[in-house]
Amino acid sequence: MLDGFTAELLARLQFAFTIAFHIVFPAFSIGLSAYLAVLNALWLKTGMPTYLYLFDYWKKIFAVAFGMGVVSGIVMSYQFGTNWSVFSDKTGPVLGPLMAYEVLSAFFLEAGFLGIMLFGRKRVGDKLHMAATAIVAFGTLMSATWILSVNSWMQTPAGYSINEVGQFVPQDWWAIVFNPSFPYRLVHMVLAVFLSTALAVGAVGAWHLLKDRKQEPARVMFSMAMWMAALVTPVQIFAGDLHGLNTLEHQPVKVMAMEGHFDSHPDGAPLILFGIPNQSEKRVYFPIQIPKLSSLILKHDLNAPLAGLDTVDDRDEPPVAIVFWSFRVMVGLGFAMLGLGIWSLWARWHNVLYRDSWLHKFALVMGPTGFVALLAGWVTTEVGRQPFTVYGLLRTSDSLAPVAAPAVATSLIAFIIVYFLVFGAGVFYILRMMSRLPDGDAGELRQGPLRAAGPTPVAQVSGQEGR
Amino acid sequence: MEIDLPLVWAAIIAFAVLMYVVLDGFDLGVGMLFAVEHKAHDRDVMMNSVAPVWDGNETWLVMGGGGLFAVFPLAYAVVLPALYMPLTIMLLALVFRGVAFEYRWRTARGQFLWNWAFQGGSSLAALMQGIALGALVQGITISGRAYAGGWWDWLTPFSVLTGVAVVFGYTLLGATWLIYKTGGQLQARMRSRARVLAIITLGFIGIVSAVTPFLDPVYAERWFAWPTAIFSAVVPLLLALAAWLLYTGLRDQHDTRPFFASLALFVLSFAGIGISFYPYIVPPGLTIAEAAAPHSSLVFTLIGTVVLVPLILAYTAYSYWVFRGKVNPDEGYH
Ligand code: HDD
Ligand code: HEM
Ligand code: HEM
Repeated sequence: MLDGFTAELLARLQFAFTIAFHIVFPAFSIGLSAYLAVLNALWLKTGMPTYLYLFDYWKKIFAVAFGMGVVSGIVMSYQFGTNWSVFSDKTGPVLGPLMAYEVLSAFFLEAGFLGIMLFGRKRVGDKLHMAATAIVAFGTLMSATWILSVNSWMQTPAGYSINEVGQFVPQDWWAIVFNPSFPYRLVHMVLAVFLSTALAVGAVGAWHLLKDRKQEPARVMFSMAMWMAALVTPVQIFAGDLHGLNTLEHQPVKVMAMEGHFDSHPDGAPLILFGIPNQSEKRVYFPIQIPKLSSLILKHDLNAPLAGLDTVDDRDEPPVAIVFWSFRVMVGLGFAMLGLGIWSLWARWHNVLYRDSWLHKFALVMGPTGFVALLAGWVTTEVGRQPFTVYGLLRTSDSLAPVAAPAVATSLIAFIIVYFLVFGAGVFYILRMMSRLPDGDAGELRQGPLRAAGPTPVAQVSGQEGR
Repeated sequence: MEIDLPLVWAAIIAFAVLMYVVLDGFDLGVGMLFAVEHKAHDRDVMMNSVAPVWDGNETWLVMGGGGLFAVFPLAYAVVLPALYMPLTIMLLALVFRGVAFEYRWRTARGQFLWNWAFQGGSSLAALMQGIALGALVQGITISGRAYAGGWWDWLTPFSVLTGVAVVFGYTLLGATWLIYKTGGQLQARMRSRARVLAIITLGFIGIVSAVTPFLDPVYAERWFAWPTAIFSAVVPLLLALAAWLLYTGLRDQHDTRPFFASLALFVLSFAGIGISFYPYIVPPGLTIAEAAAPHSSLVFTLIGTVVLVPLILAYTAYSYWVFRGKVNPDEGYH
């Protein structure tokens, strides 16, 4: 049964599977915690009850997403050792301290103040509660910063030397943390999480506007989300372009795979919009391409020469088709988001933001696309780094732990079953909470045992929580 | 004087693991007590007693693992593959346990599922942690810079013994925590449960301590040779004192003393293991010095730790203080 499934392939599948789940929840937590901090600040400043409703509404969704992020994250921090122990032994001296800083400066901070943010408004008062909410948001951003530094170092290693047992030894911490691709990756990723969250919030707003366009909370969240979509998308596309140029400088092979350039082009490379890359035959079938545009985008010169994968040893090439397609999914969705942003501006200008049901339908469809683009972007990044874990220095096949294939297969199957069950249920609960109106109606919760036993109905509790 | 950085780091990692064991220990214990507390209202109270703090408690586990990766990468790289199965099961169990805190409030019809996830996840995680500890104490086969054993080596009578011991120990912590956090009948029941659990836990501590010196001559030497034998005399004495405090705390219906006495039992057992291990980080062959990361990694990480850990302890204490006192069953935000 395990024919062809080596321990290495299984371990890679397991890593890709678990990180793909993990990344989505923290992305939503980072975005939502910032959104919650803004809502709470607006409530304290204006006293408008809508903001408090929205805060309480999104807080419950945040709590579920955060819980899923935490449990899937703990799995990640152990998987480096269980499946990639040689990688851990070699990169530990450089990457370990960065992750330790993530724990010390981010995870503890989030966890320490999360309880106060969720349960403590009455106990500590509005001011400290606001501070706790802001600290949680700050903590999630800190954790993204550190982990992206780790990931970026694996893409563009710097500031290290290699000792006699083959470990990477830190030479210059500044160069390690601020390695060449880190600033680009950080900006692009943080914008991505804000955008993804805004699209999700916007879709919820749109859903409720489609049912009843007078809903005040739905209007407020839809409007806020559309501002984000309109303002952040262009910045994100710009940042993505810069990121690509940075990648071209440091990981040219990845860009060749993204572009589908099997051949070198001495006088201006075409931009292949679509096509079917075939790695064994080293060509793209049915290409739809615009001559010289790739050189213009990447080199800002129509006739600039661009090297292709023919200049690269076969054993150093990433899987081209995956990188080629995931990149197009991300960029395509990015432009769709731009379309949504522009449409919302137009609707705002004509005063139909809350009435244009086609806009609402479009926003609803776009709801999950932020997360899809985010995953597609990560697949581009990570698969494009292959066949290395530390780019150019440490091969994936040399990173593996001495574990038996059946052990990895067993755990992979267990992860797949458990993740689909548990996170499937979580996503279901989140969607169900989203489908309810933010009018203080907590639906099924009212029948929850806590309420049934206590004398206080939900609406009153949230009222007390408010002041 | 030259500071022995690897030793300092071994102490810090040991501290993080100890923090994890005592803090998440009582969370997991509360989860396991779902097995004998069936009333929905009592379960609400039990869960709410740990809901605001469990995430912070679990973060010490990440600190232990992440810290090992940073400052003893070689130890991380041999221990984790050796404990592949128990750790993977533990992680999956913690997934169930962790999501139960939120999911349980999100559905009335499916609530029984998440009660089950909370109880089952807590029990399995505790069992696997104990098994992992036992397997580590028994020793890990290393060749070169890698684990050289099979993927079932961890499963032995001794590791199962430590596994069960940890299950009962955590349940004792959970029960005494609930004595502190609850009142009325629930509290009264916890008092009588704690009495039974205390006896079982002490029994297991006795058996494990009696067996350990025979696993490896080095352990025996440590316990019976001068000058470390002093500890062999002191630790059991202190254990007896803690047991006495636990007994009187339960007898006099004290609110907090049983909890702190149980914590002391854990701290002392942990110290006992530490004495057996030193100077090894992964017995029987890998020493603290051999596993340590290069100097620069130790220093860089230490700076942040010295600044941030006191802060973390301060705001963690603050958060416990905010949620001090008995649980008010109607206070959830749900
Ligand atoms: C909402 C999400 C989202 C959107 C709309 C875009 N991206 Fe992106 N992209 C990401 C989310 C993302 C990401 C998930 O955040 C990645 C993965 C790793 C990273 O740093 O960012 C990423 C990676 C990534 C990379 C790979 C860099 C590397 O691996 O070295 C490039 C070249 C781009 N992006 C470029 C773009 C362009 C030109 C876009 C224009 C439409 C774009 N991205 C839209
Ligand atoms: C920022 C933190 C991240 C780190 C430190 C990291 C680390 C790693 C490591 C060590 C591997 C090698 C194991 C392997 O080849 O499978 C890997 C591969 C991979 N990662 Fe990441 N990763 C990160 C984020 C992500 C995210 C967010 C995704 C989301 C989809 C992702 C997707 C993948 C995929 C698909 C592979 C497999 C590539 C292949 O084997 O072809 N990674 N990553
Ligand atoms: C770009 C990639 C990543 C980002 C942005 C990210 C971000 C976050 C955030 C914001 C959290 C806390 C919030 C939440 O739980 O929802 C979190 C949790 C966690 N992440 Fe990630 N993460 C990434 C990848 C990874 C990787 C590759 C690892 C593995 C080493 C990891 C390890 C963890 C752990 C252990 C936790 C739980 C912390 C706790 O107990 O609070 N993360 N991550």
